[in-house]
Amino acid sequence: MVTTWIAARISPGRVGAVIGRNVGALRSGPAYWLVLVSGFFEPLLYLLSIGVGVGALVGELPVGGRSLDYATFVAPAMLAVSAMSGALAETTYNFFFKMKYSKTFEAVLATPVRPLEVALGELGWAMVRGSVYTALFLVVMVALGLTSPLGALAAFPATVLVGLAFGAIGMAVSTLMRGWQDFDLMSTGQFALFLFSGTFSPVTDYPAPLQVLVQLTPLYHAVELVRAPAIGQAGWGLLPHILYLLAMMAVGLLFAARRLRRTLTV
Amino acid sequence: MAAPSFGLSARSTLAVLERGLTLYRRLWRASVFGSFVLPVLFLVSIGIGVGGHIGQVGGVSYLAWIVPGVMASTAFQMAVGECTYPILGDFKWTRGFHAMRATPVGVGDMVCGHLLYILIRVEIAVVVFLGVTALFGTLHSPWALVTPLVCALVTLAVAAPTMAFAASIDHDSYFALLFRFVMIPATLFSGVFFPVGQLPGPVRPLAYVSPLWHGVELNRAATLGAAPPWPAAAHLGYLLAFTAAGMAWALHAFGRRLQD
Repeated sequence: MVTTWIAARISPGRVGAVIGRNVGALRSGPAYWLVLVSGFFEPLLYLLSIGVGVGALVGELPVGGRSLDYATFVAPAMLAVSAMSGALAETTYNFFFKMKYSKTFEAVLATPVRPLEVALGELGWAMVRGSVYTALFLVVMVALGLTSPLGALAAFPATVLVGLAFGAIGMAVSTLMRGWQDFDLMSTGQFALFLFSGTFSPVTDYPAPLQVLVQLTPLYHAVELVRAPAIGQAGWGLLPHILYLLAMMAVGLLFAARRLRRTLTV
Repeated sequence: MAAPSFGLSARSTLAVLERGLTLYRRLWRASVFGSFVLPVLFLVSIGIGVGGHIGQVGGVSYLAWIVPGVMASTAFQMAVGECTYPILGDFKWTRGFHAMRATPVGVGDMVCGHLLYILIRVEIAVVVFLGVTALFGTLHSPWALVTPLVCALVTLAVAAPTMAFAASIDHDSYFALLFRFVMIPATLFSGVFFPVGQLPGPVRPLAYVSPLWHGVELNRAATLGAAPPWPAAAHLGYLLAFTAAGMAWALHAFGRRLQD
């Protein structure tokens, strides 16, 4: 029933056309390609500074009953953060610009493409972009001996899910933005997640009430989901994290599509 | 149109400062969170979380060790942030600088007025941050009182060349490159989070080039009551020279941009 509902509303061809428009638009700005490629360096620099530099001060860290090298602990978290921020970069700043200023979506919706297809297409493109970063990052992790090739293969789909979940929520949030100033609040929130989601130290370091709070926020689930396969500890216990992120994606997509329909179509 | 004047007068400079502060009144709520709350969250997350696994660095707790570094890097980040989009925007989108050119305000006033505005914002953030860290018990010397001055110098050294860069480019996508290849590496490898001595020998000089490193070391010497790695005069001289070169570049870049 759900599949027929979806099939009646979504055409892969039209979603593909939205992605294709983004690919075409890549050629628009100077240095756009360089900006796109350089996005990969950011998490890598964090990994080298915090993982290797601070790691030399930390030494080993007890995680899940065994002792982990600090860089091995931090690298998968940086990967999850990279999947999050890669997807958000596309679905917040760029999405907002297309919605409010360049009126791209009004033009797109003047064709047979529907709001949900716009949302899916934009999310699909954010995924393509984000996955290039995460794949490269995983190659670096294998090269530095921070995960096994098998662990990297297992972690990759986890990063895709993280990107989908955050990308969808990013779009939903963008439809609510009043202006660029609201993005300051968003990036502040994003940075707070980055600091407190078990990225730099295990969540168990915090006092119990703070631990519960952290476990309610999305990046915590993303980090846990990516870290487990990367350090070879995947199991059924990951299911709640997967369900959390899937729910985020569904809610984000439907909300964004609804808002696009309300604000952009008559 | 004729070339813009290079004039510098106290009255015009203060007028530019006043404009900055007036605009800021519309934005301050969002920025308070960023400039005050984030550094504190940072201290809690890294200082207490990671610090708990580190113990001591250089004879003090890790938290006490990174406080002066985080303070200098806050000044650094604010300086860069206030000199990228706002500057390009005033040339390209709102044409605020072109409006000033039509008044007695000269290029020198524009550059100095904006620098003063940033200094005020940085100093407020730094003083609040200093108060918070005093409560954490991480300041070990009365010399900590000079850290706002060090942060002011870091701000000038960084803001001037960033303004010049923003005035020289045509498209804001170059900022992404500035952030990724200059600002973030400078923040991560200037001794804020771990001693520069841990860097491999060949890349260590890159840290010495960064004005942030000099600010971090001066701040750290002040809050811990120890001698900085280079003589204090050498650190200060480097920051002053960086500021002077940046100012010269900014004046040149503003003058050229306003000739259109």
